[in-house]
Amino acid sequence: MGLTGLDIFKQLPKTNCGDCGVPTCLAFAMKLAQKQASLDQCPHVSDDAKAALDGASAPPIKLITVGAGERKLEIGNETVLFRHEETFYHPTGIAVLVDAGLPAEELAKRVEEVGEVALERVGQTLRLDAVALRGEGEAFVGAAKVVAEKSAVPFILMNEDPEVMGKALEACAEKKPLIYAGTAENIEAMAALAKEHGCALAVRGSDLSSLAELSEKAQGAGATDLVLDSGARTPAEVLANETAIRRAALRKRFRPFGFPTIAFPRGNDAQGEVQEAASYIAKYAGIVVLEKADPWQLLALFTVRQNIYTDPQKPLQIEEGLYEIGSPDENSPVLVTTNFSLTYFTVEGDVEASRVPAWAVVVDTEGTSVLTAWAAEKFTAETIAERVKACGVGSKVKHRKLILPGHVAVLSGKLEEELGLEWTVVVGPRESSGIPSFLRTAWSPEG
Amino acid sequence: MPFEMPVEKSSSAVNTVTIGATADEGGTRLSTVTVGGETALPFLHFEGEMPHRPAIAMEVLDVPPEEWPGPMQEAVGDVCGDVAGWARKCVDEFGADMISLHLVGAHPDQQDRSAEECAQTVKAVMEAVGVPLIIWGCGEADKDNEIMPRCSEVAAGENCLLGTATEDNYRTITAACIADNHKLLAEAPLDINIQKQVNILVSEMGLDLSRIVMYQATGGLGYGMEYAYSIMERTRLAALSADRTLSMPMLALVGPECWKAKEARADEATAPEWGDAAERGIAWEATTATCFLHAGTHILVMWHPRAVEIVRNTIDSLVKQEG
Repeated sequence: MGLTGLDIFKQLPKTNCGDCGVPTCLAFAMKLAQKQASLDQCPHVSDDAKAALDGASAPPIKLITVGAGERKLEIGNETVLFRHEETFYHPTGIAVLVDAGLPAEELAKRVEEVGEVALERVGQTLRLDAVALRGEGEAFVGAAKVVAEKSAVPFILMNEDPEVMGKALEACAEKKPLIYAGTAENIEAMAALAKEHGCALAVRGSDLSSLAELSEKAQGAGATDLVLDSGARTPAEVLANETAIRRAALRKRFRPFGFPTIAFPRGNDAQGEVQEAASYIAKYAGIVVLEKADPWQLLALFTVRQNIYTDPQKPLQIEEGLYEIGSPDENSPVLVTTNFSLTYFTVEGDVEASRVPAWAVVVDTEGTSVLTAWAAEKFTAETIAERVKACGVGSKVKHRKLILPGHVAVLSGKLEEELGLEWTVVVGPRESSGIPSFLRTAWSPEG
Repeated sequence: MPFEMPVEKSSSAVNTVTIGATADEGGTRLSTVTVGGETALPFLHFEGEMPHRPAIAMEVLDVPPEEWPGPMQEAVGDVCGDVAGWARKCVDEFGADMISLHLVGAHPDQQDRSAEECAQTVKAVMEAVGVPLIIWGCGEADKDNEIMPRCSEVAAGENCLLGTATEDNYRTITAACIADNHKLLAEAPLDINIQKQVNILVSEMGLDLSRIVMYQATGGLGYGMEYAYSIMERTRLAALSADRTLSMPMLALVGPECWKAKEARADEATAPEWGDAAERGIAWEATTATCFLHAGTHILVMWHPRAVEIVRNTIDSLVKQEG
């Protein structure tokens, strides 16, 4: 929701001096609106106009960076309320609480473990994004040093005493931790620390009105990178507040809420925590802070995040080519499928379940499934034959049998022709779920 | 400066649909389920009404699946060979709001059961439980056209939800629903336009739009969940902007889709890095259900009793708190 050329024109000097390189102020304004020019090109624009135009051209939700280096966490800069309208851009950061009261050695170990978490799924490595260190007093300051030294991921410093926070930051500010939290009691001092150390500051209100007030105070005091916490801790309230914050930022350009949010799922138990966290990932949280992080919890939450943040315009795809599922040999079956990752990984899972190792020839269908690709003529006798020849599967197996998805059985004859009658096409099951019984009972390299 | 909630009022509502009929209403159900009626996006109580909570149906199969995953075996392994006993356990022990009976045994590749056999199964389940029923055919169009009219007939007056009507095969089941006074499950494969088309086709046969529940195909977590999520979210937005052809409540087939995934099925020996297998499978199902609640699902068809319990708690925490 940018400004129109006319909105911008009103703020320009209207002298048509041409110093910007464009003959008239109106033409320059039009270029600005199309983002083909920068306001800096006008030497005469007033400071007031600059502030107004800069403010209006800033994204409605600011991109906030937590941490520094390779694994820094970027959140915010979202542009829509619903993923189908465009996409969600910066996946929710998943953080884990670590108690500053742990003995130093245990703390170091815990922090290292968080950084090491890596679960593989559909060809992506899924990882935790941050440590949230919580504690009091001197123990907190000491723990912050340990975390700064040992953590491979960014961290959040959770302590509300500005004096303690100041000491902790002295030891680790260059790692750019997120400061949690500025509240009605400490906002001036916390905002000053955030400004001094160049760190992002989380502000926590007791409701949305007090949150807006804190956000303005923090910005007024020079803390320009904020993360918002409405203070709500029950799912219905968090959902209402997250929705209100996102809507106010996008639809009303309400500046105090033009930042990403942080949420704290609780739940009655480990399962309940997963449900709350999943809710907040789906509904707008920039960061969720978990109390527990068992692998089974993380697998579900990482996958929710992966799904919700997948660009609806760009289905996940894998490279075309020849894939090994298990350890196939010269007698193993050869299956043909598409490069839509969902299709491929479903087939892969079902082949694994059959315990019959296999070769998979993956045809580039621009990330569409078997039926869609067939209907769009991206999965044809020609494209399949081309890939079968190019991928070199012929030199990997002794037999000449090609298993085709049952839904495109109609292609069999043509495909055999395209392959110079060298291969026999075997019609496989229509659904991937039929692969295990098919491979176990119907497959044989002989005959 | 007090912050003003950015309320977006809707003038229209999702259709309200009741499944099941008690003795007073001409059936034999002890309870009924009513869903829909919302005038806002899910659980946004500050801008609209959500008069009914989403319902949880538990699925029972007339032929238990091969290679039932471990946690399911543990939960219902003792009863899954007896569909009526299984249904009874779902209601009595697990608190299911509804039973979703899937007549997979009718499929020609399965047991090829006759219409009469299927009707007997429907009757047995109907007698075993007092909650409303969802009845699905086997998914093979010709066979479903053979069995569903008879299944509908034996359940006449019970106000079941019968499925499914598709773009290519809707006439027989729609006629049965009209004749025996049931609700209809209208199915479309992740496509809003086809969904509208199916809804219009069945309404042109004389089944009122208010008697339809939509099933838009479900992807489990990690396997297309986001497609179903966005289709349902878009459908709810359409209902709130007064599109009468998309204002029906929605159903998601959570259990069977989720338990297909290796992330839910794999035991600890196969996938030690994924942690506790039982908790993982249950979380996989419950998490999918929770995401769909946010997208606007009204009826969740589920498998595992603990996932059901977890999702019931989630619904409790999201519906309007009293007082």
